[in-house]
Amino acid sequence: MAAVRTSSEIGFNRVAIVVVLLVTIIFLAPIYWIASTAFKPRNLATTIPPTVVFQPEISPFVKLFTKRSQLRSAPTPEEYAAAPWWERVVFDGGEKIVRDGKGQVQWSGYPSRFMNSLIIAITSTVLAVGMGTFTAYGFSRFKVKGEADLLFFILSTRMLPPVVVAIPMFLMYRAVGLNDTHVGLIILYTAFNLSFSVWLMKGFMDEIPKEYEEAALVDGYTRMEAFFKIVLPEAATGIAATAVFCFITAWNEYAFALIMTNRRAQTAPPFIPSQVGSGLPDWTVIAAGTFLFLLPVAIFTFLLRNHLLRGMSFGAIRK
Amino acid sequence: MATAVMTTLDPNSRSATRGMSDLTIRNLFIIPTIVFLIVFNIFPLLYSLGYSFTDFRASSPAAANFVGLQNYRELLNDPFIWSNFAITAKYVIVSVVGQVIVGFGVALLLNRDIPLKGLLTTLLLLPMMLSMAVVGLFWKLLYDPSWGVINYALGLGNFEWLSNPDMALYAVAITDIWMWSPFVMLLSLAGLSAVPKHLYEAAAIDRAGSFYTFFRITLPLVAPILMIAIIFRTMEAFKTFDLAYILTSQPTTEVISIRLYKMAFQEWQTGRSCALAYIVLIMVLAITNIYVKYLNKVKER
Repeated sequence: MAAVRTSSEIGFNRVAIVVVLLVTIIFLAPIYWIASTAFKPRNLATTIPPTVVFQPEISPFVKLFTKRSQLRSAPTPEEYAAAPWWERVVFDGGEKIVRDGKGQVQWSGYPSRFMNSLIIAITSTVLAVGMGTFTAYGFSRFKVKGEADLLFFILSTRMLPPVVVAIPMFLMYRAVGLNDTHVGLIILYTAFNLSFSVWLMKGFMDEIPKEYEEAALVDGYTRMEAFFKIVLPEAATGIAATAVFCFITAWNEYAFALIMTNRRAQTAPPFIPSQVGSGLPDWTVIAAGTFLFLLPVAIFTFLLRNHLLRGMSFGAIRK
Repeated sequence: MATAVMTTLDPNSRSATRGMSDLTIRNLFIIPTIVFLIVFNIFPLLYSLGYSFTDFRASSPAAANFVGLQNYRELLNDPFIWSNFAITAKYVIVSVVGQVIVGFGVALLLNRDIPLKGLLTTLLLLPMMLSMAVVGLFWKLLYDPSWGVINYALGLGNFEWLSNPDMALYAVAITDIWMWSPFVMLLSLAGLSAVPKHLYEAAAIDRAGSFYTFFRITLPLVAPILMIAIIFRTMEAFKTFDLAYILTSQPTTEVISIRLYKMAFQEWQTGRSCALAYIVLIMVLAITNIYVKYLNKVKER
């Protein structure tokens, strides 16, 4: 194509680059706005015109992690001087940190929700990828009668709207006492991700030449040894990519968590919106919570960038 | 059930004589997953199929009474349910068309030598990886009539987005387009980069115009992969719940998943909601079936 490039094409190329840059800026603007609001003092979060240049503050994060109440009267200079820096930022915002009888700082609901998200997402990812890897190997290497139908069955379980599945699951969980438990949500997310993990891992397994294991079998390895010592190391990249996809899905999931949990096992996605009450919400705190919540996914997206296409198309399209 | 499906392997195969037989390993690897999915996916659905023929309410201790097809009959004759489906259809069309225009458009622009192309592509993909519920919530601030950045940037004054019944569905769709255009872009880029370069060279030698080149070379060759993106997004948009539920509570944005959620968990009409869930399920399975058939067709090429 380079050989037949005309000057108008080069001009068009320049225009295209400018448009792409503009689109990228527009697409990233909401994410930038979340990140910047997370470091704003409260009074700058909702201004007209919007505040772009400001002195970044850590106070939204202090407020995110602590329980606070409105200050009735300004703190005395002694109180203010005695307070640690993180308490002063809260004083500056016209609030005070709630302490219990022993003077212990009270945490907000956020840290426990964040921990719940971590526990549930990591455990369900390990289970889904673990089972999925074995099953994918089975489908990839052995003849299975009705393989296409079984794979369709596996995929279709993932395609149902969460609410459709949630209604009977809610009733069953209620009957056995699994509502609002970590185990309950872990089982749901494992089931949800397992189908995805099988489909994606099967693609990775298909790419590992059968000759590797056959050579090992000739050398006296059993099938199991060949699987663990030859196939698994070869599949490591695929397993990692699948795991990250499963983690992100479980981490981001909202509908099941909304229906199945309300306190003890609640994850961050239903918790963060529940902070927006009827009054004027403190958007800096919501932005801080959102920012911390999005951070792992943003990092993973960069690590995953070469596998995104494959993961998002259920392994149908490979690079 | 799953064992009956399995064919027998050659018992004399080399590996079968040492350690566990291939047959054992295959069953060991596949059956637990199938059983797990049956227990946690199929069994609940059978459970709710049973309830769909009753007047059961999970909020009351009263036992469920069998009412036959009454739930289905009433649902299918309920104009409000049909309006929920109509809202869903409108949402699917607006958001998928928007995603295809933006996603395919950006892919066309990106499909050339651009400095830092890899980085730009990754940055553009970021929105679709984020949590719909959490990021969607933040769009509430962006759409705010008084201090939303969107109204300020577009000079719209105090324009109401989310509390305006006529606009709310479009506002939700715009957020969805923002999140999922990258998906269409990603797939389109894969399709575009697979178009053989020599076709363009031949077209240039024949002095074919750029419109001709686009409609006769680019589009037909990218069409299958674009179709995958469209079917996939249609399916997801049909199921949509998070965004619409979080952004607004307008009756004009009550897509079918939200109606189902309210019926099941706010009005506690459990039996009836199970019936509605089955109607939705059949629709989704039909689309999934088309999707998988299409995937296999594309894979074979």
